[in-house]
Amino acid sequence: MDLASIYRAEYGRCVATLARLLGDINLAEEAVQDAFTTALQKWQTPPPNPGAWIVTTARNRAVDRLRRESTREARHAQALLLHQPDEPQEVGPVKDDQLRLIFTCCHPALAPDARTALTLRLLGGLDVPEIARAYLIQEATVAQRIVRAKKKIRDAGIPYRVPAEHELPDRLPPVLTVLYLMFNEGYTSTAGPLIRTDLCTEAIRLARELAALMPDEPEVLGLLALLLLTEARRPARLDPAGELVLLADQDRSLWNRTLIAEGHDLVRRCLRRNRPGPYQIQAAISAVHTDGAATDWPQVLALYDQLLALAPTPIVALNRAVAVAEVHGPAVALAALEDVDLPGYHRLPATRAELLARLGRDADARAAYDQAMALATNETERAHLRTRRTELTREWRAP
Amino acid sequence: MKQYLLSVHFVEGAPAPSDEEMQTMFRETDRIGEEMQAAGVWVFAGGLLSPDSATVVRIENGTTTMSDGPFAETKEHIAGFWVIKCADLDQALAWAEKCAAACGPVEVRPFDDLSQA
Repeated sequence: MDLASIYRAEYGRCVATLARLLGDINLAEEAVQDAFTTALQKWQTPPPNPGAWIVTTARNRAVDRLRRESTREARHAQALLLHQPDEPQEVGPVKDDQLRLIFTCCHPALAPDARTALTLRLLGGLDVPEIARAYLIQEATVAQRIVRAKKKIRDAGIPYRVPAEHELPDRLPPVLTVLYLMFNEGYTSTAGPLIRTDLCTEAIRLARELAALMPDEPEVLGLLALLLLTEARRPARLDPAGELVLLADQDRSLWNRTLIAEGHDLVRRCLRRNRPGPYQIQAAISAVHTDGAATDWPQVLALYDQLLALAPTPIVALNRAVAVAEVHGPAVALAALEDVDLPGYHRLPATRAELLARLGRDADARAAYDQAMALATNETERAHLRTRRTELTREWRAP
Repeated sequence: MKQYLLSVHFVEGAPAPSDEEMQTMFRETDRIGEEMQAAGVWVFAGGLLSPDSATVVRIENGTTTMSDGPFAETKEHIAGFWVIKCADLDQALAWAEKCAAACGPVEVRPFDDLSQA
């Protein structure tokens, strides 16, 4: 393994452990960065357990640095370091530390934008320019979000601990949301190129870690399965010209069979646990889509009915309407969309446009496509809508 | 231990609670106060009269002036508060949840560490 992949794999874990040892996230980050700089100079080949090496080096560096400084925080951190009640020397990153850091970064008292930025920074080891590029926002904005979030963690006393069992129903969903949104932003960017692989890869890596840390939480497994099954279809999502290809038209031979097998296996594990939740059901829907040569739409619809009962959001209603169209026809689906209100979201008029086109209501369909194009922020999606609208015109002109 | 201010805000123009609702609110806040004292987190608490009873004192160029009314011309004013001490924000938020159930939205704000001698 090269240093870059070690950094990606170990950075978050090491920061998590050092944050506990030092009682301060900023000090932890500095110490881990110092240790990686040292590694860059010293390693001919990486040691057998690079994480342990980094933690030990970072800890020693932190002690040295704190001895040189005499601020109140430094003395406090030094006291913490010297009075560790547990093991005399860390043997490597500790699993519980990662969980602590995840729950701290995704604490509901932090602004949603800050949660994502902080998670990418502290757990993903992405630097500010990388995060800014991934979200196409100013570096200064990212830096400010991270600084403010860290300040709030310290000032407001957001604890660095794993929530108790009874707190998980409140505390786990924000964590899953951060990973889900991170993946979605990577999969369908709000602007720029359609797919940002770095965000997808990082979201999956973190979801895998979370699943390893909380193997008994079915929603965690459900989220991982959902991300894997979505990622598996990515190679077929754009044609060679870079145009969006809808699920029904995708070349299934391009799908990643390994990820699909892993995702299906996770969905089966969730089913056995029989504690359904929104991510598990969405994963089950993705499993149906990736099972066999064609989608079993009645089963997808049944799952959407279950999802809508559990999470009655307009987005779920919109996605369900697509399945309704396949099972009961476009007219019923269109009726089901009548009460759905999603201001500013292009996929609602886009779906209505598709349904209207299938009903032969071309003028209405064109108006809906126009509405969708005005709202879509991603160029690839806009181009796709434009193509669909043109096809409509062509069919309409045909004798 | 950290100290937190849990404040309840009155919004001008919002429908006034009925007498019965007020009685329930008083009963609930009393109960929460007792619960806080039993848990050892209670520091201080109180309800405030309306902002038009306030006076602002200023010293400008060595001269003290007083003005009638609240400091800021806003539509929201603090109506009451608790000061509690607990280990971390999660504990403070759990108390705030109880307060919010009794009195509506509650702002949780940490005290500056230096002020907790």
